[in-house]
Amino acid sequence: MKSKFFLFISLLIFLIIFFIFYKGLQKSNIYKPSVELNNKIPEYSSSLLDLDREINYSDIFKSENYYLLNIWSSWCVPCRAEHDLLMDLSKNKKITLIGLNYKDNINNAKEFLNELGNPFKLILVDVDGIQAIEWGAIGVPESFLIYKNEVLKKYIGPLDKNLLNQIKLLIE
Amino acid sequence: MKLYKLIVIFILLNLNNSFANSIDLNHKITKNLRCLVCQGQSVYDSDSDFANSLKILVVNKINEGLSEKQIYSFLKNKYGEWILYDPELNKNTYLLWLLPVLLFLVGGAIIIRKFNKIKK
Amino acid sequence: MLSSYIGYYSLIIGLISSLLLVYFSLKNFKNYQFLDIKILSLTFLQFLFVMISFISLIISFLLSDFSNETVFNNSHTTKPIFYKIAGVWGNHEGSLLLWLLVLTLFTLIFLLKTKNQPLKYRVLTTLFQQIIIIGFFIFVIKTSNPFNYIFPTPKEGLGLNPILQDPVLAIHPPILYLGYVGSSIIFSSALAATALGYISKNWASHIKKWVLGSWIFLTLGILLGSIWAYYELGWGGFWFWDPVENVSLLPWLVLTTLLHCILALEKRLILTSWVIILSISAFTLSMCGTFLVRSGILNSVHTFANDPERGIFILIFLFSLIFISIIIFFFFHEKNESTNINFFWLSKETAILINNWFMMYFLSVVLIGTVYPIFLDVLTSDKISVGPPFYHKLIAPFLIPFLFMMAIGPRLKWIKSNIENKVHLILALISSILITFLIVKNFNFNFLINITVISGALFLFYITLRDFFIKKNRSNSQKISHFGFSLLILSIMLNNIFSNEIITNLKVGQIFNSSNTKITFSDINQKKEKNYKSIIGNFIIESKNGKTEKFAPELRIYNQPNIITSEADIKTTLTKDEFMTINVVQNQDYFNIRYQVKPFMIWIWLSVILISFGGLISFFKKEYEK
Repeated sequence: MKSKFFLFISLLIFLIIFFIFYKGLQKSNIYKPSVELNNKIPEYSSSLLDLDREINYSDIFKSENYYLLNIWSSWCVPCRAEHDLLMDLSKNKKITLIGLNYKDNINNAKEFLNELGNPFKLILVDVDGIQAIEWGAIGVPESFLIYKNEVLKKYIGPLDKNLLNQIKLLIE
Repeated sequence: MKLYKLIVIFILLNLNNSFANSIDLNHKITKNLRCLVCQGQSVYDSDSDFANSLKILVVNKINEGLSEKQIYSFLKNKYGEWILYDPELNKNTYLLWLLPVLLFLVGGAIIIRKFNKIKK
Repeated sequence: MLSSYIGYYSLIIGLISSLLLVYFSLKNFKNYQFLDIKILSLTFLQFLFVMISFISLIISFLLSDFSNETVFNNSHTTKPIFYKIAGVWGNHEGSLLLWLLVLTLFTLIFLLKTKNQPLKYRVLTTLFQQIIIIGFFIFVIKTSNPFNYIFPTPKEGLGLNPILQDPVLAIHPPILYLGYVGSSIIFSSALAATALGYISKNWASHIKKWVLGSWIFLTLGILLGSIWAYYELGWGGFWFWDPVENVSLLPWLVLTTLLHCILALEKRLILTSWVIILSISAFTLSMCGTFLVRSGILNSVHTFANDPERGIFILIFLFSLIFISIIIFFFFHEKNESTNINFFWLSKETAILINNWFMMYFLSVVLIGTVYPIFLDVLTSDKISVGPPFYHKLIAPFLIPFLFMMAIGPRLKWIKSNIENKVHLILALISSILITFLIVKNFNFNFLINITVISGALFLFYITLRDFFIKKNRSNSQKISHFGFSLLILSIMLNNIFSNEIITNLKVGQIFNSSNTKITFSDINQKKEKNYKSIIGNFIIESKNGKTEKFAPELRIYNQPNIITSEADIKTTLTKDEFMTINVVQNQDYFNIRYQVKPFMIWIWLSVILISFGGLISFFKKEYEK
């Protein structure tokens, strides 16, 4: 009788393990840090691309507008692809674009904007990538939709037409 | 036997290596952080942009006076628990830390019971 | 192309022979006079056709036949011949073909080498093996066909990843598979022996060679993987507790435990349940590892093309094997060892039992650490990482008593023992602790753990060394392996404590000065090779005592595919390795330099070789005393 008991238990345990592995297969193993982690925008200050002064985040994101913080670099190839969409978005009065220039050379950055246009009201400079970490970003390009000092949505990777339409709908 | 001891001590005194400052907090922390854009490397080992920025950030935070726990807390806030290689002891991980030791104790109990049975 | 057709249809023939073998085995089982010659010939035929299939794939690779999808994905016309061949098993489909090749080969060898074993046992083992082989055949033909046809035929292949073009990496999979497949024979054999009540000293002696063989190959396979990681990947580490590394360690732990239990079973007919369960677990864990690595369920450094559909197949196959094993074990295993289990607490039997206890603990740590994130993710959708700190914290404290037991255990006699020379042992223990104290004196950090682990390793080191020279020539293999293990732990611990590293950013011409090292960045050479551009940094390193050495780490920029690899410059001596790498910093005119001093690295490799050498001696030992 005792061995029947152990037999039953073993079969049951392995059956459970089987189901867990089976479910595990259907989950993605790529980790996307979710926005729910920390909604508030960080408290920080940064220098600007064109001007010779520092500015606080609290001073940047203060109006009732929507903001899109876009992390970009001149050496980042997908950033070129999404830049047109950013130019398009910048025409929308309801949203203000703020750029975060990531680990870039100032001259290259300026050339990039001269060539493709400047959709940003302000451009923050992040020479060593620390500001991006304050935002919880993992790389470039990455964009954050901000309203009333809270991050509504995070977009990892370049924006495409679908995401752009989604943003436009959100800010109506 | 005394010879053995003397030889070993002699060798040790002549080691030319500089002693490691393994207490280096910076290294300890970055070894415990996962590089999120790499396929299974610590921030310490990785040379990616993300890892390099994170290394600078850790140095800054240490200089600001943050403790190891506070730095982990800060990063956990930004990126989630996944960034830490040393799983913290919370309700999610009790089983993780305790199960092996529990199994060890159960195994020991079974062995002792077996011996008691033999003695009879 | 022709070779693809031949390859594919050879596989089909192989599958058919499996089915025929199952039929004939069942028939022969009932009529058990002599082994049906058809079984032997079919097994040989099966191996032959899988070999033909494998060779066809090699030919396709050599001829760069890009109408074959596998060749297209994993080869390139400019690849050197050696790596074209290695590319055959460096991908998912080809590696499975290698699995099949070794499976059929070992099945054949088993039949040929067991002429003196009972017929029913041989036939039943063949039956179980064929079930496994059928599983693999179906898996390959249905989900991982190495002979898929693509049209139109591309002009060039995709597979030129330079990281994979390395001699060590080329032989790492075959050696590893020899270990895994060996464990399949042990699996089938144990199931067959259990079902027939044949678990005995005879069976143990016979299966011991298979256990030894698998164990040796697995040890060497894991060693090769670590060596490759150290020399090629450029971060100077050799073990990261990455899921794929852990997954090869699990069957190794089981096989080591099984080896010790087989020795006990051979002498004294005890621990039969242990032996059966361990035999089943070794192969099960190998398959489990295959599942974890190839299904995409885990995130790790080693990437095979991940495919959940394949994952489901392996999962079902794996658990079917587990269920069959559980049922056979519970219904057929009768412990007929009741007369012999009288042994005192101070005996070799106890030592082996304690060994099992500790090994199972280590096994559970590695297993739980590897699969726990999956369980947590499924049950709570929370994702956590389990990395090196977890494994170190749980393993290190238990290594200490384990090392002591390794020194004392082999000296105990069966049934009952007195410890000879108790005084001597205690003196050895004290001197080990004292020496360790001297070594670790400078450090506050992890003081206790370091002292105790190194003491244990030193104690084992000293005892095994002394036993080797003083005692007569018996059980040399065990002494060598145990000594090798103590050397391994010692090297790893000392390497850990005494490693030193300098990370800095330097421009050409700059000098870095620390208290005992001066690094001068002399200049940069640029070279253009056939398929990459290289940037070589020339450095002069001057140490405290005035010695200077030149280092030339290299950065390679490949154009097809577009990746950058870092080739470390490694100088190896008996006492230490010096390891230097150079890396670009995005958008800057300086480079990131990393200079590491790693003592006793080579002893880590040598000690593992020593451990397998002990096994090798045992493998070739003739049974003089019986």
